[in-house]
Amino acid sequence: MRTKNTKSGWYLLMLCALALSVMSCGKETEEPDPEPTGPTPVVWKKPAHFPDPVYDLSRNPLTEEGIELGRFLFYDGILSRTNQIGCGTCHQQQAAFTHHGHELSHGVDDLLGTRNSPAVQNMAWSTSFFWDGGVHDMDLVPFNPIENPVEMDLRVTAAMEKLRKTPLATSKIPVNYPKMFKAAFGTEEINSERMMKALSQFMMTMVSAASKYDYFKGGDANALNAQEKEGMVLFQKNCSSCHEGELFTNQSFRNNGLMPMRIDDKGRGAITGNAVDNYKFKVPSLRNVGVTAPYMHDGRYHTLEEVLDHYTDSVQNSATLDPLLVQQNGKTGIPLTASEKQSLIAFLRTLNDEQFIREAKLSDPGIGNAL
Amino acid sequence: MKNIFSGYAGLVLALLSLFALSSCSDSSEITEPIPVTEGGKLRIEFDNVVGDKNLVLNSVSYVNATKEDFVVTKFNYFISNIKLTKTDGTIFTVPQDSSYFLIKEDVKASQFVTLNNVPYGDYKAVEFMVGVDSLRNTAPLEKRKGVLDPGGSMLEDGMYWLWNSGYIFLKLEGTSSKGNPVNNKFYYHIGLFGGYSEKTVNNTRVVKVDFGNLKASVTDKATPEVHLLVDVLKVFDGPGTNVSIEQFNSIMGGQQEKSQQVANNYAEMFSLDHIH
Repeated sequence: MRTKNTKSGWYLLMLCALALSVMSCGKETEEPDPEPTGPTPVVWKKPAHFPDPVYDLSRNPLTEEGIELGRFLFYDGILSRTNQIGCGTCHQQQAAFTHHGHELSHGVDDLLGTRNSPAVQNMAWSTSFFWDGGVHDMDLVPFNPIENPVEMDLRVTAAMEKLRKTPLATSKIPVNYPKMFKAAFGTEEINSERMMKALSQFMMTMVSAASKYDYFKGGDANALNAQEKEGMVLFQKNCSSCHEGELFTNQSFRNNGLMPMRIDDKGRGAITGNAVDNYKFKVPSLRNVGVTAPYMHDGRYHTLEEVLDHYTDSVQNSATLDPLLVQQNGKTGIPLTASEKQSLIAFLRTLNDEQFIREAKLSDPGIGNAL
Repeated sequence: MKNIFSGYAGLVLALLSLFALSSCSDSSEITEPIPVTEGGKLRIEFDNVVGDKNLVLNSVSYVNATKEDFVVTKFNYFISNIKLTKTDGTIFTVPQDSSYFLIKEDVKASQFVTLNNVPYGDYKAVEFMVGVDSLRNTAPLEKRKGVLDPGGSMLEDGMYWLWNSGYIFLKLEGTSSKGNPVNNKFYYHIGLFGGYSEKTVNNTRVVKVDFGNLKASVTDKATPEVHLLVDVLKVFDGPGTNVSIEQFNSIMGGQQEKSQQVANNYAEMFSLDHIH
């Protein structure tokens, strides 16, 4: 109902704007409106070579105010029990919204999680979330880190209570959340739907599609050098059946032959309860892979060289090992020479998107903590 | 190749279910107008008991069929998708959006479910789901209000799995000398609606309680109250299996087959006491 109303509200507003512009014909065409009358719609643009998004924007139309609220919520430690840990603490922009240098992330009181912080990028196309795909809707994602006892450790109800009591004189920047919710949604009411939808709006804008590779795809043949092009051919032959398409993931769950650690993380198997899914994890996108070390669901590999060495030398056979990682001669892994690995890594680095990791609109507005 | 394919199949399934969902809720809005003018009320009491005793939390010790002592510290469950059958056989379906209830032993008011806009007439049976149907489990956030709000007050009782998006249908916790060696507790959290893109077990159960010779007459003056007994013992002691606390001090989403047996058990825990 709300979205419909907002929509029709928009039509009305646009009509008014049109009427105004007609009336003001012949006069100066400057903005006559000092009072904002409602949130400003933002048109979400799909990169031309990308598939259609999965997230349903008609349920949550983007607005400048909604995105801005989402950005503040993303970075503000107020959503944690200790007021220290925001989403941006473990999802840092310069590392394509991962926790650079952290095999596992530490949340409140430096408590450690069990998995490596995944990149928050191109979420618009995600069919499932987290390494095990346990969540299927972006609006339901933020509940997890906020409530997880080793991440932000706060009930969402309690977080909303804190937001309602802002601005707080003690915060780094006293943010007035009721006012921001009003600007984004029309009234000061703070509820979980609005909170999550604001976060989703911000995450919808976290699109990485301006790497050297993308310029190459866009027609600039010189965007990649000879070694990178050679790497691309090797990539298409050896990697793209899982790291598929422009998202560099087909979003499936695979066992890529990692030796289980002591915690014996069963990954997807714990979600489906089906033994055939044991030790499978979501195929991660490789966009920005050059800045998202360490790698794998538990951050066990620190460099791309180690990752490729895994695929050539260390793929462990087990009941659920991906068949694509078993060669015709029965050996596990993907055969690659040392120079092929260098070319592959050169290509992978062309997926780094400098624009994405520097974009001011995605950056911390000055309220976050990078620990 | 096969795996890639199934990945797509999952996606398609997910999309299809979204479509199904939107079209379903749309059509129910159109084809089932709420009879506002010609309707009364009917109340259902969910009275939790243990065998022939009333359930008392935190103090009284009971014994299950496996001869294990236990004290209940928490007993919550979802009731949804309520339907009432008239004596002439016609069925009144409570509108979807008003048909989700979370019964909690420690909140007396939650045990009385009042149905509004019930067409006048004599009713001979009630049908409901224990749990939350798959459509609502996969519904967008704006369709999850009240007891279904993943960020709402229900979280104080944690009736939602965040990490494996889905509602917990029934939660039974307690202590027992056969409980886990650390704190003597046992935890039964039964959920799983069948899976979003890949199949899991489906622990929703539809229960029908026949009123037998009795009937519930809804008129403009009378609000009948259907008093149901809900027997905690039946969660352990079921038609197929007797759950032993000693063998299973924790049953949650990780033991799907066992949780399915518990669901088969709790489908049998409802019976009619009286109507007044």
